[in-house]
Amino acid sequence: MNQSPLLTCADVRKAYPVPDADELLVLEGMNLELREGQIVGLLGRSGSGKSTLLRLIAGLAEPSAGEIRYMGEPVSGPAPGIAMVFQSFALFPWLTVFENVALGLEAQRLPRAEIRKRSLAAIDLIGLDGFESAYPRELSGGMRQRVGFARALVVHPNILLMDEPFSALDVLTAETLRTDFLDLWAEGRMPIKGVVLVTHNIEEAVLMCDRILLFGSNPGRILSEIKVTLPQPRNRQDPSFRDMVERIYVEMTARPKGAAGGARHERFPGLGIGTELPRVSSNLLSGLMEAVAAPPFNGAADLPDIASDLQMEIDELFPVAETLQMLRFAEVEGGDIKLTEDGKAFAHSALDERKRIFQRHLLTYVPLAGHIRRVLDERLTHSARKSRFVDELEDFMSEEAAEQTLRAVLSWARYAEAFAYDDDTGMFSLENPT
Amino acid sequence: MKKPAPFGFLRDVASRWDVLAFIVVIGLIAFLAETSRGLFAPLSQLEVTPLSLDPRHLPEYAARTTFRMFAGLALSLLFTLTYATWAAKSERAGKLLVPILDILQSVPIFGFLSVTYVFFMSLAPGRVLGVEFASIFVIFTSQAWNMAFSFYQSLRTIPAELIEAAESFRLSPWMRFWQLEVPFGLPALIWNMMMSMSGGWFFVVASESISVGHTTVVLPGVGSYIALAIAKKDLGAIGWAIATMFLVILACDQLLFRPLVAWVDRFRVEQEPGVRSPTSWVLVMLRRSRLVRAATVTFHSLVLWTSRAVQRTDAQPESAVPRRSRSRDLLWVLILAALIALALWHIAAMLIAQTTLHEALGVAGLALLTMLRVFVLIALASLVWVPIGVWVGMRPRVAQVVQPIAQFLAAFPTNLLFPIVVYGIVTWRLNADVFLSPLMILGTQWYILFNVIAGASQIPTEMRYVTANFRVSGWLWWRRVALPAVLPFYVTGAITASGGSWNAAVVAELANWGDTEVRAHGLGAYIADATTAGDFHRIVLGIGIMSLFVVAINRLFWRPMYFHAERKFRIT
Repeated sequence: MNQSPLLTCADVRKAYPVPDADELLVLEGMNLELREGQIVGLLGRSGSGKSTLLRLIAGLAEPSAGEIRYMGEPVSGPAPGIAMVFQSFALFPWLTVFENVALGLEAQRLPRAEIRKRSLAAIDLIGLDGFESAYPRELSGGMRQRVGFARALVVHPNILLMDEPFSALDVLTAETLRTDFLDLWAEGRMPIKGVVLVTHNIEEAVLMCDRILLFGSNPGRILSEIKVTLPQPRNRQDPSFRDMVERIYVEMTARPKGAAGGARHERFPGLGIGTELPRVSSNLLSGLMEAVAAPPFNGAADLPDIASDLQMEIDELFPVAETLQMLRFAEVEGGDIKLTEDGKAFAHSALDERKRIFQRHLLTYVPLAGHIRRVLDERLTHSARKSRFVDELEDFMSEEAAEQTLRAVLSWARYAEAFAYDDDTGMFSLENPT
Repeated sequence: MKKPAPFGFLRDVASRWDVLAFIVVIGLIAFLAETSRGLFAPLSQLEVTPLSLDPRHLPEYAARTTFRMFAGLALSLLFTLTYATWAAKSERAGKLLVPILDILQSVPIFGFLSVTYVFFMSLAPGRVLGVEFASIFVIFTSQAWNMAFSFYQSLRTIPAELIEAAESFRLSPWMRFWQLEVPFGLPALIWNMMMSMSGGWFFVVASESISVGHTTVVLPGVGSYIALAIAKKDLGAIGWAIATMFLVILACDQLLFRPLVAWVDRFRVEQEPGVRSPTSWVLVMLRRSRLVRAATVTFHSLVLWTSRAVQRTDAQPESAVPRRSRSRDLLWVLILAALIALALWHIAAMLIAQTTLHEALGVAGLALLTMLRVFVLIALASLVWVPIGVWVGMRPRVAQVVQPIAQFLAAFPTNLLFPIVVYGIVTWRLNADVFLSPLMILGTQWYILFNVIAGASQIPTEMRYVTANFRVSGWLWWRRVALPAVLPFYVTGAITASGGSWNAAVVAELANWGDTEVRAHGLGAYIADATTAGDFHRIVLGIGIMSLFVVAINRLFWRPMYFHAERKFRIT
């Protein structure tokens, strides 16, 4: 395979302008190559910019710097040879299956007979025979996504972009669609030459991809690349498959280079009041601590094991695990999660004691929570406007992120009874509502 | 913001209940007209309040107009809470009450005015009070039916779990009404109230200066001010009136409706993700004020006290099969029969006995003319506003600015602008049949615009990506994507616009500038003429035929279109 690549991304960078502040950096230093016959997976959590990269490749947005080339030509605007499959299917409810599929060909102004022939062929290929005149609302989720595939394939693209195409489906349907897709791919019956797949499901990436790019967040960047050389069809129970999954967990929980072996807080570079916080409910936090503390894990667990035990994908599990790490209730490293002494104490305590422990950790280790509490303590009225803190946060992040961060701290503070908030007046206070 | 569906639960084109409802409503109008005619004579010596065109009086006039508006609003609220609750709770009554409401919605609002005007004056002979009643009643008729419909729909769609929770706590009916049913219906009700303000302003202005037969009474207000300005051909005064009304509506919007809409947001059961909660600076101010807080606490404890005062329901669960009492059914049928007979008798006495077939056909011909006008205007307005609405709706930043402006314009009583147009027609001797027509849609076209904007802004991002990815553009994009996506919203807007235009026809087809009369041929001019002449027979005939047309157009055209659009084109 030494012919020129289908697609190259060189030093691609994407940033959005933010009023009254520096730009908001979403993606940086993206280098990627897609060669004929390959499925490349972009794996990472939400917010790591993998979907943004896919949109840049599709020509739906423009990079702030760097270059994307498709078949040697720079991409500017949607290219004819690149088609996309969407997470939400994005079918038009007023068009039949046939009309939905034919839309891309109509846009090319092909003769009617040819549109008809090619659309029916695509519908046939993807297993939708008999459903031509159905409306999307009459179909199940799996059938709808098949229409999404047929619609993309009918334009005979060289590259197929897939944005979490199976994540809106139930487990069984998703697996059927994956295997069907891999069969068609292996038999070379689809007109496509290469695939870029965005996913947050590690097993899905290992099952389908030839190469996996691991994405890190803040800003989105490629952490590492993993080649999957297991022969197709792959078996999830195969030990080498399990090893590969384990290895990806280890990579994704690795400390950033340069901080290896350092103090724990270096896992969060520059953690100050300006750090964006995820909205993770206190129920999830205590739930995970309880699960890790209980047998068979007894305080330390392998992330893949606990993920499959709790049926959580990394998108759901990682924010919880990392919040626990930030609160010093757990350490996450090498694909493992291990409770600290306080974490274990929390898991084994009753509600009042839990709240005491949680409050201590929240005010000590989450600078924003400590900051709000100090302001409230110092004021005579023991109250302060929310807008005051939003303004402070907006020096570091977008308005939306500031709102979300404040909401996250608030929900933890309410659980810990550290301070209160009245949504009607927009005031933080120390009093509890009567 | 979610708008209530215009047709609610009525899916079939017409049931026998609709026919009954139509008879009852028209019978009622005929009865009122008859009563009014009897009370006609002794009212000629009513004192006419002298009105001044001095702009310094405008604040006072505006205050009086606004007071009428709120009196009408309060009455509508009272009607809504009782009528809609009755219709929703009693299966028997609901069968007739709901179609009646639907027919009432179709009766031209001006009709209520011309028929009841003299009747209300007779309630307080020799004083302006009676005319005030009439004016307030018109406002009531322009809002009550919409609001009652919205509340009825809310009551019928309370989630079963909430009802079961209320039952399991054995809430008294009183408590259940205030703690569950009213809060649940409030968001839709407030939204509807805001939307029906436009009709309210339109008719409060129209009702302040009206002559029925020999009786002309002028109520001090912005409407009568402008009528006087027209009589005296004073363009400057008209400008002052328009500016005043603009400020009044802006104040109502900012001080009353925005805070209300922001406040009722908390009563929403399902929060649509990604939709920003409405905000209002007034509400924030009120919430921070200690005085207001103290007042709400007091009010709240008062509500709690009334809840305690009323007995809880018995512990026994409601029997699964409702007991049907034969004697009650019979009583109900008898009452219905009496009602229908009475209505038919009035209709017979008023209409059939005095109407020749020739006359009826003539009026129907005029109705056809007005119908043609309404449809042409809706089509023209759609051609203009649908592309603009789609363009705006696809750009969130632009939509944020344009949407409130469009809603504001919809509330502005456009009859204030009529004199300017009429002045133009008189000055340049234009064809009234053509150039009076746009007045009918001047105020109602905005419904098309802001509904289309709402529709276009709700096209999901991924669908936009699809069209970009497959390079769907030009006419194909309009045909396959944009137009279908906004169709359900467009139909909702067009229904409101069409109804509003029929209402406006009575005011728009016949206009004056000083002594010059400008007239277009149509049913609206016929009703306006009959009103001025005090000919109750012709008023009722005109209103009856107009209602029949509006109901028929709704049932045969808009309703099928609406359900088709909802079923096929709604993005879920």
